[in-house]
Amino acid sequence: MCDAVSPQKVDVLIIGAGPAGLAAAIAAKEAGAESLLVLEREDEMGGILRQCIHNGFGLHRFKVELTGPEYAQRDVLRVHELGIDVRCGVTVLDVTSDRLVTAISKQAGLTRYQAGAVILAMGCRERPRGALAIPGTRCAGIFSAGTAQKFINLEGYMPGKKVVILGSGDIGLIMARRMTLQGATVLACVEIMPYSSGLNRNIVQCLHDYDIPLLLSHTVVDIHGRERLTGVTIAQVDHQRQPITGTETYVECDTLLLSVGLIPENELSKKADVPMNQATQGAVVDDSLQTDVPGIFACGNVLHVHDLVDFVSAESFKAGKAAAAYARGERRKGKMIRVLDGEGVRGATPQRIGLPQTDDEPEPIQVLFRPACVYENAVVRVLDGQKEIHRVKRRILAPGEMADLTLSPKLLGALSGQDITIHIDASEGVCAWNS
Amino acid sequence: MLRCDSGNERYGALEGKRVHTEILVIGGGLIGCAVARELSRLAVDITLIERTEDVAEGASKANSGIVHAGFDAKPGSLKAKYNVEGNRRFAAYCQEVHAPYVPSGAMVLAFDQEQRQHLESLLSQGIQNGVEGLRIIENAEILALEPNTNPAVQCALLAPSSGLASPYELTCALADHAAVNGVRFLFDTQAIRLQKRENGFLVTTNHGEITATILVNCAGLFSAELHNQISTHKLSIMPRKGEYYLLDHEEKPVFSRTMFQTPTKMGKGVLVSPTGHKTMLLGPTAQQVEDALDVATTAEALASIREKAAMTWPHMSLRTNITTFAGIRAHEAGDDFIVGATMDAPGAYEAIGIESPGLTAAPAIANALYTQIAQEHSYACKQAWKPAPDLPKAFSAMNLEERAQAYARDPAYGNIVCRCEQVTEAEIRSAIHRPVGARHVDGIKRRTRAGMGRCQGGFCSPRVMEILAEELQIPMLEITKFGGQSRMLTDSLNPSIKEDKGHV
Repeated sequence: MCDAVSPQKVDVLIIGAGPAGLAAAIAAKEAGAESLLVLEREDEMGGILRQCIHNGFGLHRFKVELTGPEYAQRDVLRVHELGIDVRCGVTVLDVTSDRLVTAISKQAGLTRYQAGAVILAMGCRERPRGALAIPGTRCAGIFSAGTAQKFINLEGYMPGKKVVILGSGDIGLIMARRMTLQGATVLACVEIMPYSSGLNRNIVQCLHDYDIPLLLSHTVVDIHGRERLTGVTIAQVDHQRQPITGTETYVECDTLLLSVGLIPENELSKKADVPMNQATQGAVVDDSLQTDVPGIFACGNVLHVHDLVDFVSAESFKAGKAAAAYARGERRKGKMIRVLDGEGVRGATPQRIGLPQTDDEPEPIQVLFRPACVYENAVVRVLDGQKEIHRVKRRILAPGEMADLTLSPKLLGALSGQDITIHIDASEGVCAWNS
Repeated sequence: MLRCDSGNERYGALEGKRVHTEILVIGGGLIGCAVARELSRLAVDITLIERTEDVAEGASKANSGIVHAGFDAKPGSLKAKYNVEGNRRFAAYCQEVHAPYVPSGAMVLAFDQEQRQHLESLLSQGIQNGVEGLRIIENAEILALEPNTNPAVQCALLAPSSGLASPYELTCALADHAAVNGVRFLFDTQAIRLQKRENGFLVTTNHGEITATILVNCAGLFSAELHNQISTHKLSIMPRKGEYYLLDHEEKPVFSRTMFQTPTKMGKGVLVSPTGHKTMLLGPTAQQVEDALDVATTAEALASIREKAAMTWPHMSLRTNITTFAGIRAHEAGDDFIVGATMDAPGAYEAIGIESPGLTAAPAIANALYTQIAQEHSYACKQAWKPAPDLPKAFSAMNLEERAQAYARDPAYGNIVCRCEQVTEAEIRSAIHRPVGARHVDGIKRRTRAGMGRCQGGFCSPRVMEILAEELQIPMLEITKFGGQSRMLTDSLNPSIKEDKGHV
């Protein structure tokens, strides 16, 4: 066997140089990780931000509005300043639960690393048409919104001229505007749910401002065209999301963009036997972003799909810091309790939190989750076992916007040691949809 | 006479011309390619014409991929004969052309007494057909062999000689083998009219005319139409659509065998089966359709697959569904294969009505036609029939050492283009340069699996298109999904590209 395949030692190895990987790398370096390596499969750093040329990034983190590439560039510059070793064009092929990482690249061929800690930061991918099983032909002209975005913003090609967008996820909304600005006609954005899964500001700035209709409770029920797409059939859906007969409308178009959800890309995590959470489709992690496999951490969209990159960065800083500590040999002590999804709550993350040690000055812990439906004037309650220990009012909660809840040091200090559950109390709110 | 050393000359090569070939094979599906590959043993000039821009574009790319044991067909039928014969040859056949084959075995499930009786008749039919190893097993053994089966199952017919093939990869491999032995492939060339002539046939195509001494009609859905132009014995193809769900590969496959349900009049019913690539197939349905090219899936058929597959697999989950698709099978009204010389058209041969078990039967059908043609026309064999071109092992199937060696041979093995199926740049480039190489995005997909996985080309298609454009030296805007007008892109945002389409 050739030399390239005998493993090299690194303290912290980060898979992915998108916003999560870059922030994790910066934090790990700043926390003293000596040898640090970031592996990125694309030819450049920045991940999906490279193709997100619209603005709206960085308001929380930098207090200014940046485009995606500008946001990424700030981290890239810091990575350079810190002298962090980032290798692009490198695809990780395998990660084992004892942190042996195998990668390949055109430049260096096969390489293997034995890492003190691994940070999974591979991001997510778009759900394809097959995930929805939309009937019809399999002609050209059907793209996921992100692929269309890549064609236009990075490759310089238009994927079509008359467009229908299925799904009102943020990328779909952004692409409605982008395609319009490039001269395409966007006929409609069709959403099966009675509410959009995108951010409200995107609905206003990308659809309303361009008079693009948002058809809620509608979906595409048929796809037509033998070679290139010639049209789609749209229909209204009932409360069970089933198409209502008689409401079908044929819409002539040459392009269908799908923005129907994102899936954390956890194929490598599964190879390392990292246990997954059903709701987030990401790893189960504790409040230091460590998975159930010791020394393997996860952050960003590979952990759970975020709405805002600012929160990806914040989460990844924590992961980077914790991974550096792990690589130094520091281990968490004390009991872990579980954070459970209660009524109306999907994918509360982290799924485990460590009870503060007596000599600790506990830091507040932020729990992120998706509301299961749209609620107005809801109450989010935290139960310690059966006992309510915290409640906050929220004017509006929607699946399209990730909700957060902070567990203060005082609250953490008083935990009984039983699992805690997060509930959304719908009796004081309006559940628009029972999914 | 056409030269045949170039392997394949494409696109409108016939425009306005009349050319002669000794043997003309019509249709570049599995059967056409298998027949052409067999005939390429002969020292004669052979041309294959195909309506679309690649091989395996019809039923060959969208069927169950099952190598059937041979208990379904009526004893004495050609389906029974060629199925059993094809099954026996199949593993070696795939090996000869370097196409994948997995001997998996199959079960036919029975849930009540009536179905048990049906299985018993299938068993005796199978024995009569010469199928080996068949036996009926009871509930406990079924669940021991396939623990995810519906526990309500009563008994099953176990068929150990059933297997899994990849019909489109096999077709591509056979085409390559035919091409290296001189068979000339003309794509985008559709036979419109067949006429008998003194010493053969005149074939009018969309691009020009071909005269041929021998005609082999392997035109699948269009085979009866062509047959009827030269024979008074009329045939009729009734297109039958079969729809499928394809699920992603998981660490542990749900079933290791093909799980059939007791068959009905319309076919073998809905199966739940692993594929040779460890993905999982649910389907097919069977609907009579008017239009032989109508491969649209329908909400009703997909719902019926879900309902029926759940009978076999009660904990069915479609969470990992990556695509749904449909294929059209060329069912002939007489309900059997038609293989051999065309009645009252000397010099014409045909393989018509090749629906299931057509994949299994392909080696036997091709062999039968080859033997008959060689004998009846006393063609001599080539002095040296070249072996099938080597097909390097897929990167995804290599171990660490093989990967290091592959990289040492070609650094493009270091660039993973399709992350879902781990397909490298080296494999994509070489798929384009195979003897009958890929010319579009779907052609790459069928030859390499790039875009076949869970993201369905979302990430890799821009890169695959760039490689196609580079290797074929055509502009990005001319790249298609599967030929014709199936263009992927509509405009360039770079004005210099727009004006000068000849350069990228």
